[in-house]
Amino acid sequence: MESHSHDFKRAAARAVVDEQLKGALAKAQDGFVGKRAQVVETLPEFEQLREQGKTIGDHVLANLDYYLERYEAAVVKHGGQVHWAETSEDAQNIVRDICKRVDAKRVIKGKSMISEEVALNEALESSGLDVVESDLGEYILQLAKEPPSHIIAPAIHKTKAQIAELFYNAHRKLGYDKKLDSVPDLVNEAREVLRSRYLEADVGITGANFLIAETGSNIIVTNEGNGDLSCTLPRVHIVTASIDKVVPTLDDASALLRLLARSATGQEFTSYTTLSTGPRRAADPDGPEEYHVVLVDNGRTEMLAGEFREMLRCIRCGACMNHCPVYGAIGGHSYGWVYPGPMGSVLTPHFLGLKEAGDLANACTLNGRCASVCPMKIPLPDLLREHRRHQFEAKLAPRMASFALAYWGFLAKRPKLYQPLTALGMRVMGMLGRRKGRFRSLPMVGSWTDTRDLPAPQGKTFYKVWRKQRTLPVETKMGNKVDQGKGSELRVFAFLTIVLAPILAVVLVGGYGLLVWMFQLIAGPPTQ
Amino acid sequence: MSTARERILVRVRDAVAGGRKDGSRAELEQRMEQAPPLIRPKLHGDLIARFREKLMQGSGTFEQCDTPDEVPAVVFAYLQTNGVAAKIRVAPALQDAAWGEELEVSYGNTRGDHPVSVTPAFCAVAETGSVVLLSSDKSPTSLNFLPDVHIVIVDKDQVVSHIEDVWVKLRALGEIPRTVNFITGPSKTADVEQTLQIGAHGPRDLHVILIAS
Repeated sequence: MESHSHDFKRAAARAVVDEQLKGALAKAQDGFVGKRAQVVETLPEFEQLREQGKTIGDHVLANLDYYLERYEAAVVKHGGQVHWAETSEDAQNIVRDICKRVDAKRVIKGKSMISEEVALNEALESSGLDVVESDLGEYILQLAKEPPSHIIAPAIHKTKAQIAELFYNAHRKLGYDKKLDSVPDLVNEAREVLRSRYLEADVGITGANFLIAETGSNIIVTNEGNGDLSCTLPRVHIVTASIDKVVPTLDDASALLRLLARSATGQEFTSYTTLSTGPRRAADPDGPEEYHVVLVDNGRTEMLAGEFREMLRCIRCGACMNHCPVYGAIGGHSYGWVYPGPMGSVLTPHFLGLKEAGDLANACTLNGRCASVCPMKIPLPDLLREHRRHQFEAKLAPRMASFALAYWGFLAKRPKLYQPLTALGMRVMGMLGRRKGRFRSLPMVGSWTDTRDLPAPQGKTFYKVWRKQRTLPVETKMGNKVDQGKGSELRVFAFLTIVLAPILAVVLVGGYGLLVWMFQLIAGPPTQ
Repeated sequence: MSTARERILVRVRDAVAGGRKDGSRAELEQRMEQAPPLIRPKLHGDLIARFREKLMQGSGTFEQCDTPDEVPAVVFAYLQTNGVAAKIRVAPALQDAAWGEELEVSYGNTRGDHPVSVTPAFCAVAETGSVVLLSSDKSPTSLNFLPDVHIVIVDKDQVVSHIEDVWVKLRALGEIPRTVNFITGPSKTADVEQTLQIGAHGPRDLHVILIAS
């Protein structure tokens, strides 16, 4: 899929004022968050299971070469074939070549995020194949020619009326000439239309939630049964999966299955959990004659080697985006590529580069909810901060932000300077905003106050309040914890004294003038 | 020239090389043979009651009868109650049952032209409320997904406690079948406005008949 991540800020700005999107997201997030909380509460072992999930994930990643080879051998043993794809193009070519060789015309697809990542549909369609998505959400988006906006609920942003319109336009030529307005009718019509597509398809393509080294099986988890039909009826089954999907044994798979549905939809178990192993056996009356697995790297080996390795534990449940306030405000499309929300903000800059997608990592309040619900305990905020650090180091961050950070960093490391300055600032702002309790607009920070009010400070700094409540010797502790390199500190200091000091002096005097002016605006002119 | 496979595996090896201890290959082989003990959620009370509760949570329906001989009558009554024609496509594994006069019975797989299927189960899982079905000439997978009504017959002795118990039984078969389906309710979707709708692509009804004898 073509990336629009560079346009993130503008897309997000458009999304936050989209009332319809706001409604859809609020409904979805409430539903997912509530159901997950409920189902987690009824399983006392859930936290232990998360810890165990992390352990399994780390073990697999630390021995990935071994498990990939074991998995491959097991697939081959059961009559399947494994293809290795280094890049998106490789994956496209492999699937296209299989389709060509078996003389396929029609392809039915189960939901697969990796196939979105490698832009498989576009590639197959451009070689003349008829490709139909069978997951209802994905089917809706295929008709709308849009990418998914959520990894497990792809059409979360679409309303019933919009879906009815899409169905009417697409199905009219098939004899469905009524515009529908109820959910059951919409689902039924899709069921009828897609039923024949399963039966006509030559090739079924599904993803894999897990690949099992022990047996060479792939597992898919669905509620609709669409993936299960896609891998049962066509004469060829192709599995697209990334290399990080492999787990050692069936037992490891069930350990992770206990986390997946609970974290994703708040179900204990989905309607269908299906293991496919090789092609149909000699006596089987149905099932595919050929079974292929396309193992995709596409940047994951670099991830494995670097500081983002932990991200490869991800089991694509979507809990992080369901619990993310930023995703909840801007929706999935703003992120501009395949993966939205916190996991997307880690993955996309890695896959597409900080230049294209660096802004994603900045759209995070570091509130930590994503990490606290991640079933595989991926430290998402830490990984996002890594991206920010790289961005800062590569001087890709906006100049104003870098400058402000350097300035703040200089002050923050000097408590003797920082405390009186912030105390003064808070007191002044507290006085100015006392009447209304908030600021509707402030000079220089329009990007904040354009879309929301800034609460007026109460007049005291956090530090003061904190210190009052705790009697720890904070000052010495804080002073010792600074660990930035001496050289860069010196550079910042030189810059600040030589270049900034004069500017600051002017700004401070000017600022004082502004304060006096504003004070007089409120309190009236001095009496003579 | 090296292949994509070799290049990917080399990169993986380079990436993991630092973290691996000597002799760990034997440990890995050992782990494949015997996975470390993993956490199993504690189940409380009767297995069958638990199975029933979880199945129904997933919108499946449950019925119990005493002996295998009662199954045809139970199937017929179920179809009558639900206003479904008494015409069933039965998995060949159940060919020996005395289906009687009331039901119109045929055996084999389906391409979608059979509204009701009746299949055996390999086992049932109390933890999740799932029935587990294995593909074979005796139990074609198409029967699990294409009919509108899917009736599954399971014996009381086949109810196991955890998912891991299914793995034990599967390994005992020696050879894993092409398809293993865990089915925990009818087909459903919430893709339109997060509204739960039963009967997306697969069966609209999943009815489990448990033989208690």
